[in-house]
Amino acid sequence: MGTAPAHERGWAPAAPSLLLSGITKRFPGVLANDAVSLALHPGEVHVLLGENGAGKSTLIGVLSGVVRPDAGSVSVRGRTVALRAPRDAIGAGIGTVYQHATLVPTLTVVENLMLGQRWSAPMRRDAAIERFETFARRLDVRIDPHAPAGDLALGEQQSVEIIKALWRGESILVLDEPTSMLTPQGVTELGRLLRRLANEGLAVLMVTHKLHEVLEIGDRVSILKRGRLVAELAPAEFKAMDRETAIATILAAMFDGGNSDAAAAGSVQPAAARGEAAPMLELAHVSTRPHGRETPLAAVSFTVAPGEIFGVAGVDGNGQQHLAEVIAGQRKASGGEIRLSGRDVTHQSVRERQALGLRFLTDDRLGEGSVGAFSVALNLVAKRVGEAPFWQRGVVRQERIDSHARELIARHDVRTPGAETPIAKLSGGNVQKALFARELSFDPQLVVYHKPTHGLDAANTRAARDLIRRRAEAGVAAVVISTELDELIELADRIGVMYRGRLIGIVPNERGAEATIGRLMTGVTGGHGAGDA
Amino acid sequence: MRLIGRAHIEAVLRPAAPIVIALAAGGLILALLGRDPFAFYAQVVRRAITSQSGLQETLVLMAPLLLIAASLIVSFRAGLWNLGVDGQFLLAAVFVAAQAPGWVERMPYWVAVPALFLLAAAVGAIWSIVPALLRAYQGVNEIISTLMMTFLGLSTSALLVKTVFDDPDTAVPQTLVLPVAERLPRIADSLVHIGVPIAVIAILVVHYVMTRTSFGTRVGIVGHNPAAAHHFGLNVPRLTVGVLALSSALAGLAGAVEILGVRGVVRADWHPSYGLMVVPLVFLARFHGVVSILFVAFFAVLVIGGESASRRADLPNHFLLIMVALILLILALVERTAGRRAEAL
Repeated sequence: MGTAPAHERGWAPAAPSLLLSGITKRFPGVLANDAVSLALHPGEVHVLLGENGAGKSTLIGVLSGVVRPDAGSVSVRGRTVALRAPRDAIGAGIGTVYQHATLVPTLTVVENLMLGQRWSAPMRRDAAIERFETFARRLDVRIDPHAPAGDLALGEQQSVEIIKALWRGESILVLDEPTSMLTPQGVTELGRLLRRLANEGLAVLMVTHKLHEVLEIGDRVSILKRGRLVAELAPAEFKAMDRETAIATILAAMFDGGNSDAAAAGSVQPAAARGEAAPMLELAHVSTRPHGRETPLAAVSFTVAPGEIFGVAGVDGNGQQHLAEVIAGQRKASGGEIRLSGRDVTHQSVRERQALGLRFLTDDRLGEGSVGAFSVALNLVAKRVGEAPFWQRGVVRQERIDSHARELIARHDVRTPGAETPIAKLSGGNVQKALFARELSFDPQLVVYHKPTHGLDAANTRAARDLIRRRAEAGVAAVVISTELDELIELADRIGVMYRGRLIGIVPNERGAEATIGRLMTGVTGGHGAGDA
Repeated sequence: MRLIGRAHIEAVLRPAAPIVIALAAGGLILALLGRDPFAFYAQVVRRAITSQSGLQETLVLMAPLLLIAASLIVSFRAGLWNLGVDGQFLLAAVFVAAQAPGWVERMPYWVAVPALFLLAAAVGAIWSIVPALLRAYQGVNEIISTLMMTFLGLSTSALLVKTVFDDPDTAVPQTLVLPVAERLPRIADSLVHIGVPIAVIAILVVHYVMTRTSFGTRVGIVGHNPAAAHHFGLNVPRLTVGVLALSSALAGLAGAVEILGVRGVVRADWHPSYGLMVVPLVFLARFHGVVSILFVAFFAVLVIGGESASRRADLPNHFLLIMVALILLILALVERTAGRRAEAL
């Protein structure tokens, strides 16, 4: 695998090249970073792990000068720097490789690298080519500098992006989810490349949400959860662990087994398994076609009894999006059947399924869950446009929409200046309360909750979980899809685990479930407790 | 439901500032050219509003403009940019001009006129089917496809007028003329034909449908957030095709009103390009039907009055287009600074 990592060669742990101290950043309704302190040492590949929404992208934004923190400081080699714009970050020696490609596909590699230089001191083309070749040798890659960037393979494009990030002699390299488009082979190549750079003395920070990359690539591991740094594993410690222990430690930190606010607040135990009632929801070998970057489903099967809470666990991006959409009717199943109360709904539309009692609380509150410019009142009836009593013969009955809204706002404690306020003006927690109110109205039979407490503060999280549980006790079945294991342990009767589009195991929620689920989440099947229930 | 509420007043005042600034800027240009700006604007008002015949001409001009405004409001509210209105307008006008003399002779008048309107609506709607289907099912950008249909529509119209619909008795290629007596009935001995109140009613109906019916709400959802539309269970492709069909049918009606009410004939080289001029007005009105009437009226005054005032001031007729351009430019700047200030807060 090339030269051994720095600490194994007996180097003393070097002083940090970059130090983040107490970085805090708030956006309306969400605390993205909560007093995060992080150190990047030369010669180390530091991996920052966290789920989507944990605050990783915000932190990258702070490092690259795109986001100004509300509190905290950044210092480079002992000197505090003010990163007010990307050019300040570049000036401080921080090079960033963003998640999405920034190369211009129609320009050649060299032309791309020459973009953005000072117009007062441009580099000549042959000098640029020479410089590129030097980098290529350093990284041990073979790329034609005169090839149009769009013609390169994804892995090659990534290497060029890295060279671009280091073009002006940067010594700190930050990568935001660099592996999302790469094959497993590509990931290994990237790891090798980062290792080479670290060995030369660069400080490398790689952000990811994939566990196996951490194990493969990282020297030092930090774990971000809900905006806070919850764990850090120093190189010596990390390398000393075997794979099993490493996985267990990291999962424990990420999913906080036993230390969660939920447990502290005194959660109620999930209800015992129901009797012989016919299933409320049945999925039989449901598959979906690949589309965009989401993982498609591969023959997923499970049932949900009336009043049961069925949890769906799994690292984000293993098919949960498609699962939620295919049950709701937003995505067509390419194979298999979906039955609601025994009725085949596989080819039924979203509206038809809703009429049968199926509801979908999406994780994308403002993206698809609501129309930001519309009032709270209108959003509360947005899935029933044209239906009585809110519309009569096609004409709107505004008073009925308003009184319905007032009732729901009161019942669900939605904090809003009024029912006519545009919903985008509400805080994230209140938007979520409004969406809960909408989905749980008009006698739901089964609700699919996709990341129901994502981005919410502790109080709202508690309220949401209580609501889900109370409704289940009243007979409203639930499929709760969540990346927070403690949430599922608190709420669910049984928990299925998604991995690479398959439901690889269903675990009853009893003692020892967490450990079993944790293993399943990394794709390891077999062992006690796993298997279809 | 109040007819004029605070929101309406705000909707008029907000773009009023850029208009005032633009008029001032236009006045400055006039002064630099050595013309008296006050005399210019006074003549605009005198000709277009206070003069009997001028006011009638202004109202008559408003008829096709209002129908095109209605057409644009329907599609813009859905987030669909139907820039094919000029092609839809012209093709419908050509068909109506070609069929009108015959139909009016063969059928009772009160049957022929609605039939001709239906013909115009159908021609307009058909002309948007291809871009509508491409957008609904393939995601093809309708800005480009509808513009291309306009080019196609202009050439097709010219071809039809020169060949199939050509009046063999005239040297200039044009359709058979609809005699003045057969054109749309006038109101009270003036130039104002019933197409004018029809157009006003049409845009008010469109506004009502867009703001008070479930169809209008669905259109609004698609326009604001297509992802939410999908999540809410709306059939977005079907709505897309429906909205574009309705929008282009209205553009076709504008063509019918222009032919049956005013011209009675289409010459091969005629295309007034009303659509291009109405687009900015509809934006200024923020797609509000009632407010659009005011802006269309304002524009019609500028066109009719500006023609006369330009002649008197010894300026080319296109000076009023400069005014419209200034208004747009300043409106855009005002929006930008207002937006920036809102962000900074």
